[in-house]
Amino acid sequence: MTETKQHGETVQTESRSAIEIRNLSTYYGDFRALDDINLTVDPMTVTALIGPSGCGKSTLIRVLNRMNDYIDGFRVEGQVLVDGQDIYDKKVNVEQLRKRVGMVFQKPNPFPKSIFENVAYGLKIQGIKEKSFIEERVVKSLQQVVLWDEVKDNLKKNAFGLSGGQQQRLCIARTLAVEPSIVLMDEPTSALDPISTAKIEELVFELKSQYTFVIVTHNMQQAARISDKTAFFYMGNLIEVGDTQQIFTNPGVKRTEYYIRGQFG
Amino acid sequence: MARKSEKYIEGGLFAGALFTVLTTALILGVLLYETVIFFSDVSIVEFLTDRQWTPLFDEKHFGILPLLSGTILTTLVAIAFSVPVGLVIAIYLNEYSGRRFRSIVKPMLEMLAAVPTVVYGFFALVIITPFLQGIIPGLAGFSALSAGLVMGIMIIPYVTSLSEDALFAVPYSLREAAYGMGSTRFQTAFRVTLPAASSGVIVAIILAISRAIGETMIVAIAAGQQPRLTMNPLVPIETITAYIVQVSLGDVPHNSLEYRTIFAAGITLFALTFLLNSMGNWLRKKFREKYD
Ligand SMILES: Nc1ncnc2c1ncn2[C@@H]1O[C@H](COP(=O)(O)OP(=O)(O)OP(=O)(O)O)[C@@H](O)[C@H]1O
Ligand SMILES: [Mg+2]
Repeated sequence: MTETKQHGETVQTESRSAIEIRNLSTYYGDFRALDDINLTVDPMTVTALIGPSGCGKSTLIRVLNRMNDYIDGFRVEGQVLVDGQDIYDKKVNVEQLRKRVGMVFQKPNPFPKSIFENVAYGLKIQGIKEKSFIEERVVKSLQQVVLWDEVKDNLKKNAFGLSGGQQQRLCIARTLAVEPSIVLMDEPTSALDPISTAKIEELVFELKSQYTFVIVTHNMQQAARISDKTAFFYMGNLIEVGDTQQIFTNPGVKRTEYYIRGQFG
Repeated sequence: MARKSEKYIEGGLFAGALFTVLTTALILGVLLYETVIFFSDVSIVEFLTDRQWTPLFDEKHFGILPLLSGTILTTLVAIAFSVPVGLVIAIYLNEYSGRRFRSIVKPMLEMLAAVPTVVYGFFALVIITPFLQGIIPGLAGFSALSAGLVMGIMIIPYVTSLSEDALFAVPYSLREAAYGMGSTRFQTAFRVTLPAASSGVIVAIILAISRAIGETMIVAIAAGQQPRLTMNPLVPIETITAYIVQVSLGDVPHNSLEYRTIFAAGITLFALTFLLNSMGNWLRKKFREKYD
């Protein structure tokens, strides 16, 4: 479905996974934040990354679209394949990568532009000028995140006028508008009220037939509700990964069980 | 003990504030007083509409327009040069350069602002003007162009420093959003960071204009002393400030009509900067409503 166009040699993989992480270690200067991680994410699934604060969840999710490139002294060892392509290969165009691997952040961060311009942004920076096409996509994306009915009369208004939950859905719409194949979300609901949280969970559930999701969350119920697979991290190590059902009812490692219990209790 | 010294400090601060207010009031008072006397001899209509300014000649004309056009012309040249250059430097320092480069270049740039303006004036006269004359035939020895350009160089640090602060204040989360959408550095800088910092940048530009309008030494040295109603930057002109210097330093008898022209010119200058500052405040408020 997703074509991988590459100059020169194509890195071949047998599997059809959306993301394949092989022996990944990452460093902030001398500090090793992730230690020899191996993880596979299947297309059209939701994978939850859980674990105590500081265990490296954000580091990992930000590796997947190279958002850590801007941090001085950050370094990666091992391989990260997205749709079979090694994203840390020198030939990779980072901007193109991020169009395929979109990201939603913890705090809603709409641009200081109108609602319409926020969603249209990704298309416009790609040089797309066709008005009807952009309009169509904006409407479609806003409908996908179930925001359309709330904003359809105010598309020209500044996005800062929206509530936090609406802003976060707008940010998701902005990401979806460029039709990425993978959507990364780093604690997307931690700044939101329960109703907005439920809306976003619902939306992820609806959209996973079209996108691959990787979600960091501290909310165990949320991980249990929306994810197909769960990966538990502890101090930079991937302790356990498996079907969410199994991780939550019958974890293979004691530490996972303690963490999940503790978070539930 | 501590309470007592606090009282003294408070008193000192109050005296300082009072002194400032009184000084301003006094300046404005003198300016107004002399201006009123001036306008008992010269009609306001003549002052505002006559196209010549020749108070020191036998055939006297008191039209402020030539001086005003001189001020506006040099300011336009200075702004047209300093705003793009200053902004590009600010964006480069903020979005592209490494931290070390920035920590070296920014203080150096701010040093430009510490150069005495008389040095700039001299620089305009002996270096920039001959250089420009090599490129533009017909450029006079004194002109709005070279004075304006050098004034522009002088103003760059103001524009850069203030817009850099505004860019720096844009939250990192916005840049992150832009990069996360696949924006290049250029797109992030010009489509997201700069618009988000626009209110601060506008204030920077307005302050730069204010500074250009009030600048005296450079234009007195390099722009000429010929009041002329023109928008041609290649010929000698005279600005309001340069005229005030010319008369203040000259041998015009005090208490004469000729001498009072500098107060009328001064109050015009005051009105101009006042207008500009008000516009700056208004714009700032308008943008704040839009972005907060
Ligand atoms: N920019 C950075 N420079 C240095 N160390 C960092 C940086 N960012 C993160 N770290 C360190 O890397 C480790 C992992 O951080 P990370 O942000 O990935 O944790 P996390 O699992 O997302 O935590 P949280 O749940 O609190 O968000 C932490 O020990 C943290 O201190
Ligand atoms: Mg985190």
